[in-house]
Amino acid sequence: MENKRRSFLKFAGVSVLGLGSLSLLDGLTSDDVNASSGKASAEATYKKTANALTAKRWGMVVDTRKLNDRICKKMEKACHEAHNVPDHENKNHEIKWIWEAHYNHVFPGKNDEFLQERLKELPIPVLCNHCANPPCVQACPTQATFQREDGIVLMDFHRCIGCRFCMAACPYGSRSFNFRDPREAIKPENENKEFPTRTKGVVEKCNFCAERLAVGKQPACVEVSKGALIFGDLGDPQSEIRQVLKDNYAIRRKQNLGTNPSVYYLV
Amino acid sequence: MSDKPKIIIGLIIFVAVFTFPFWYNHGAASSAPEPLLSDKAKEAKHCVRDTDFMRKEHMQLLDGWRDRTVRDAQRVYEIEGKEYMASLSNTCMECHSNKADFCDRCHEYASVDPYCWDCHTYPKEKK
Repeated sequence: MENKRRSFLKFAGVSVLGLGSLSLLDGLTSDDVNASSGKASAEATYKKTANALTAKRWGMVVDTRKLNDRICKKMEKACHEAHNVPDHENKNHEIKWIWEAHYNHVFPGKNDEFLQERLKELPIPVLCNHCANPPCVQACPTQATFQREDGIVLMDFHRCIGCRFCMAACPYGSRSFNFRDPREAIKPENENKEFPTRTKGVVEKCNFCAERLAVGKQPACVEVSKGALIFGDLGDPQSEIRQVLKDNYAIRRKQNLGTNPSVYYLV
Repeated sequence: MSDKPKIIIGLIIFVAVFTFPFWYNHGAASSAPEPLLSDKAKEAKHCVRDTDFMRKEHMQLLDGWRDRTVRDAQRVYEIEGKEYMASLSNTCMECHSNKADFCDRCHEYASVDPYCWDCHTYPKEKK
């Protein structure tokens, strides 16, 4: 009896050792596979497109003196068609990247009793401010919203889980949630086949046309704005946008909140 | 010991039920589908990487493309001196314009359901 137990333990010990070393061997070989594929992918490199526009910090100046309703509508159309923004009939499902609002809503803190007559009726385009200190980025639990090196606050729709914390955090209402499948509300003739749509359950907003900057183009709204929008590098003192800001008094939305918006308004 | 026949009958039933899926499906396995190349893909002969790599690791490749494009703004994928725009809809689908025959066949067979197409567009196919 004693002998039997002894030999059983010996046998079991050797088997465990043998099986263990087998799986160890397995692990080693699979590591080798990973290493070799890693070496293979090291040959491939990523880089920026040659004609990409770059900046230290992208910013925009909206010159309301050059604006009218027609230009505003045109900018909205250009943007929404370039980015496959759906046009839901139900206001509750509305998706907006750039839209027009009135002065008292755009600048609630500067709502004077005796406001200049012109500003009362003027449509003012509003969009994501691409804040230097963006509250939406802090609120996002998955880093789906992040700040690029060039200051653009961008959405990575692959990561968005649709929690909408960013919408609560944004003081400008710049973000929209896809309550419905956006493809239902994109007209086929308006579809931009080079840009993806979104899916139900993600948040979206203006991306400062990151995809157009990458191929050397100005943002879609700037292109059709007839000079009312000036887009450029806020980090470069020689840039056109900085010259405009030097020569003109500009205001920003809800500046007292400390978000440091990159969109300036000349009123 | 008088329970011997009962036990044996029970065992036989157990084995029969347990192995049912095996002999029921025996011989019914369909062969692995072969993805169909579009005319343009056939003409090009060469994909971004070699066929073996693409077959095994296209998902890792696309994953890298999407991360580098979205998060690092590096949209150009350079390999062996050739440059490609890292874009599913605009680069891959330009040659592989037959999603149903090229992508879906294997994905369906392997029962994977990639959600690329929830957002990314693909060429409309003639039926």
